[in-house]
Amino acid sequence: MFSPSMHFCQRCLRLLRRGMISIITIKHPTNYVAALQQPLDYHKTSMRRMCSSFTPHLNLHSGQRSSKISIGRLGVGALRGLCESVTQHGQVKQHDCEEPEAKMLIPHKQGQAPSRKVPLTTLVDLEDIPRLSALEEISDEEAVQIVVPHALPPTSFSLGDYVDKSDTLTKLVQLGVELWKLEQQRNVGSMLVRLDFQSDVAPRLLFLKDLGLQDGQLGSIITTNPFILTERLDKLKARVSYLKSKKFSTNSIASMVSKAPYLLNFNVKRLDNRLGFYQDTLGLNPEKTRDIITRLPRLLCGSLEPVKENLKVYELEFGFRTGEIQHMVTEVPKMLTANKTKLSKIFDYIHNTMGIPHSLIAKFPQVLNAQFLRIKERHLFLKYLGRAQYDPAEPNYVSLDRLVALPDDVFCTSVALATVDDFECFQKTL
Amino acid sequence: MSTKMSSPARLYRKLEGLFSVFKPSGIHWKLVRDTIEANLLKEINAAPSPAPKLEVNFQALPSGESGTTKELIMAATQLPVLSASPQVRGPRYRTLKVGVGHRLDAFSSGVLVLGVGQANRALAEFYSSPVTRDYTLEGEFGMATDDFSYTGRIIERTTFDHITLEKLEKILAMIQGGHQKALITYSGVDLQSQEAYELAVHGMLQPHSKSPPILTGLRCIHFQPPHFTLEAQCVNETQRYLRKLIHEVGLELRSSAVCRGVRRIRDGPFGLQEALTRQHWTASDIRRGIKVHRSMLKAFSKVSDSTRAEKAQSKQRYQKTGTADDSTANITATTPKHLHSATEEAAENVSP
Repeated sequence: MFSPSMHFCQRCLRLLRRGMISIITIKHPTNYVAALQQPLDYHKTSMRRMCSSFTPHLNLHSGQRSSKISIGRLGVGALRGLCESVTQHGQVKQHDCEEPEAKMLIPHKQGQAPSRKVPLTTLVDLEDIPRLSALEEISDEEAVQIVVPHALPPTSFSLGDYVDKSDTLTKLVQLGVELWKLEQQRNVGSMLVRLDFQSDVAPRLLFLKDLGLQDGQLGSIITTNPFILTERLDKLKARVSYLKSKKFSTNSIASMVSKAPYLLNFNVKRLDNRLGFYQDTLGLNPEKTRDIITRLPRLLCGSLEPVKENLKVYELEFGFRTGEIQHMVTEVPKMLTANKTKLSKIFDYIHNTMGIPHSLIAKFPQVLNAQFLRIKERHLFLKYLGRAQYDPAEPNYVSLDRLVALPDDVFCTSVALATVDDFECFQKTL
Repeated sequence: MSTKMSSPARLYRKLEGLFSVFKPSGIHWKLVRDTIEANLLKEINAAPSPAPKLEVNFQALPSGESGTTKELIMAATQLPVLSASPQVRGPRYRTLKVGVGHRLDAFSSGVLVLGVGQANRALAEFYSSPVTRDYTLEGEFGMATDDFSYTGRIIERTTFDHITLEKLEKILAMIQGGHQKALITYSGVDLQSQEAYELAVHGMLQPHSKSPPILTGLRCIHFQPPHFTLEAQCVNETQRYLRKLIHEVGLELRSSAVCRGVRRIRDGPFGLQEALTRQHWTASDIRRGIKVHRSMLKAFSKVSDSTRAEKAQSKQRYQKTGTADDSTANITATTPKHLHSATEEAAENVSP
């Protein structure tokens, strides 16, 4: 357990030592309150407005409710996160929030009743507080309870300044979240520091676990999509139930979320729209469509325009028939989101230079997914050796998947019947 | 060689050196450089980092029954500081300084010299030193295009039945003669001096850096119409100039020619044999390449030291017996740099 981080002004410290203050319920905001809040100057105005509207600002209770501070600076959020991590002392009962009361809760010494209220009239008068001397003798217990606050920077460009002090960030690091990646995005750092682990993060982690995700996957999911921690739980559950209604199994939903963490951030209408599009345009039966989506869930996340363009390219530019396209897409769903220029380059080389007909390419669609240089070098090597024979009817046939998918050493020994050194020497002649 | 795994910093120090890769055709040189930087970064950051920093924390333990004793038991524990963990800080190395020597355009392939870290200084000296480069130029008779390569827009088509190897070699000799004259002009040496003769005899004439492309050697290594292959040794060249050379050869032969490939087979002391192919663009192979290059240069510098000593002796002899002409004396004094061969200069610049 880490040392509890507390931020107290000088007066609070003195009052602590005196053991004179437990809980003060202030009926009306007074200058005393403002004065006590002195080091936190930016809250003065909000404190004065307490009468008119109840705006919870600095709640020093143990993480009951996450308040929404609209200030966008990392520092303020950090302080609030700190204050919420004060679990040791703030054992205060939550009062009704309807009353426009400012509740200022100062941690008290152990042993005293938590709900004791001290009326305003018996408050300690400021002038009565005697001056303290540095040579004053105090007991060990009191000495131990004095915590010198670390100089936390009010603003920072790195979460490393706050991770040791913030409970949420510590637990996220223990989960496996890569904070260095998240702090590079614009408002994500501030958002993470403002989160409360018990009320914000934990329910969503439990929700993900209920989906069927493993503990080890949670860290990477949050790293890719930190906004899943701010998405409303009821909406997340609605989207999962929608996918279940479309007959996606629990396992497939879990694998889809782990492959495309942004999936559950999209609303039901959008998911429905996309599923409908794939169902209509691909023209496959629902089970096959579901299989494609499960294998490549980012089809549901991204835009549909590139997919439409790719399908047009296959049909009009390359000249594949609908049945061939359907077969290729079920084999290699990545073809729907591949880069157009790369596809054209590879297809041009395979069809025009290597002379492979459409039917054979449709049989081995992974060839369109491969690296162009690999295809080119291996083909030229086989051509140099006289083994570039891609017609299944002829002897010594080399299938396209073996040409492309095999690693170099296996390719050289089994397909080209040469050594890897020969292949490298040949590469240097190209 | 210690058995324990090296830390990222140690691995980085071992990778600081010059090495050469084989750039495939159709790829921009910057993509090669970026790929190699990414591969090296991945392996350097994967190396085990030193033990995490620990911080002492005190915890107040509950002291038996509350209220009975006033003493607090404090326990001191050492816990890792999370702000120093790689998950919060990120990878130790985010960029590497990988520099490129003489560049190759996207159409060409061949030896590309790269340097990492501190070796970029040696790379800069190597880049400015007067080393020559060897190219293999593949040409095809019968057509001419706008950018002199076979992928360009065809401008004209011609016949090439009249072309023979003899005619081609005549043209090449004519071109080479022109370049030899240019070499002498741009080397800044007085043609009438004894020193110029000595340099020319030993093949030590070098043009200064501002000269146009000069071919120090040109020959035909393969001739089968319409395809032919030339080998060229050049200084201050660009690959587009070499493609234009093929085009001009075609024009001189009263036909037209287009370039099918430009391949650099040597860049100074870096040859084709040590160049790393695409599969070997990893940290371990690059380390091996750096070692090979260093040992090669050490051997070179030994040879060049001995030859330099010989040349110094011969120079002294000439100074004693030569004329008392001021101009020659001046030339002798001011042209020691021309006495060094290209490879020697590279050797002494690059040797650590």
